[in-house]
Amino acid sequence: MRVGVITFPGTLDDRDAARAVVAGGSEAVSLWHADTDLKNVDAVILPGGFSYGDYLRCGAISRFAPVMQLVIEAAGKGMPVLGICNGFQVLCESHLLPGALTRNSDLHFLCRDQEIEIVNNTTPWTSSYKADEKIVIPLKNGEGSFQCDDTTLAELEGEGRIIARYVGQNPNGSRNLIAGITNARGNVVGLMPHPEHAINELTGPSAQGLGFFTSILNAMVK
Amino acid sequence: MAKIVVDVMLKPEILDPQGNAVASALPRLGFSFAKSVRQGKRFEIEVEGEPTAAQLAEVEKAAEVLLSNPVIENYVVKVEK
Repeated sequence: MRVGVITFPGTLDDRDAARAVVAGGSEAVSLWHADTDLKNVDAVILPGGFSYGDYLRCGAISRFAPVMQLVIEAAGKGMPVLGICNGFQVLCESHLLPGALTRNSDLHFLCRDQEIEIVNNTTPWTSSYKADEKIVIPLKNGEGSFQCDDTTLAELEGEGRIIARYVGQNPNGSRNLIAGITNARGNVVGLMPHPEHAINELTGPSAQGLGFFTSILNAMVK
Repeated sequence: MAKIVVDVMLKPEILDPQGNAVASALPRLGFSFAKSVRQGKRFEIEVEGEPTAAQLAEVEKAAEVLLSNPVIENYVVKVEK
């Protein structure tokens, strides 16, 4: 399976995401923000970082990158897309996912190991996990507070579209402890914490993030 | 030369931690006037001559698409001499 990893100017975590894709058993394909074709990938990851310096709003400028027009079109046809951290922000700005990520409620940039619960394991990115499985992966962001209006929140809750929640104290003020969500179709997933930094106990708090990358292989093989 | 100004503010129901931080810093400096503070963004756009209705319509569109995120923010477009 070919999984594209997009690099925008200012992206940080593209190398780790590509490593995680390979560790999960797929082929990692580098995509550049200015690319005008998706190189026949089967899925796409938007990694973390500070694309375009987070100018204007996080993800606001990346949304208009040429490669994003292709991603938006492909996502509409059902291609699995995973946005991690800044990638999640880009997906919200692109309106592929509802809501927005705003400044952490305590204003601090957080960088820590965070326990989350996978509450929807039916997406192509979470199927390797057991329902309600708890994992510990790094959380590192300044603008990770998920906000949306009450109607959207009720929809997300009612349709099982929250894929992961923070466990314990709310780290950033996200509504309903939301760490990750999916779109109505279930192919586009946004996640604030970083599974790609937790694929090996030597370099991460656990290897429990690997499930996102084995999930996508399983989803494609089916 | 006229200036088109776009003010972007977080919607009232969206938490504004930056505004709150400013509000709590003010009394520490002896300023006691603030009941609350909201922080926003201001864009100043210069155009040649008086802005036309068409230009203002374009700015409205840009404010909707790029300058603000309608999910969490409101904007106001106005002209300054």
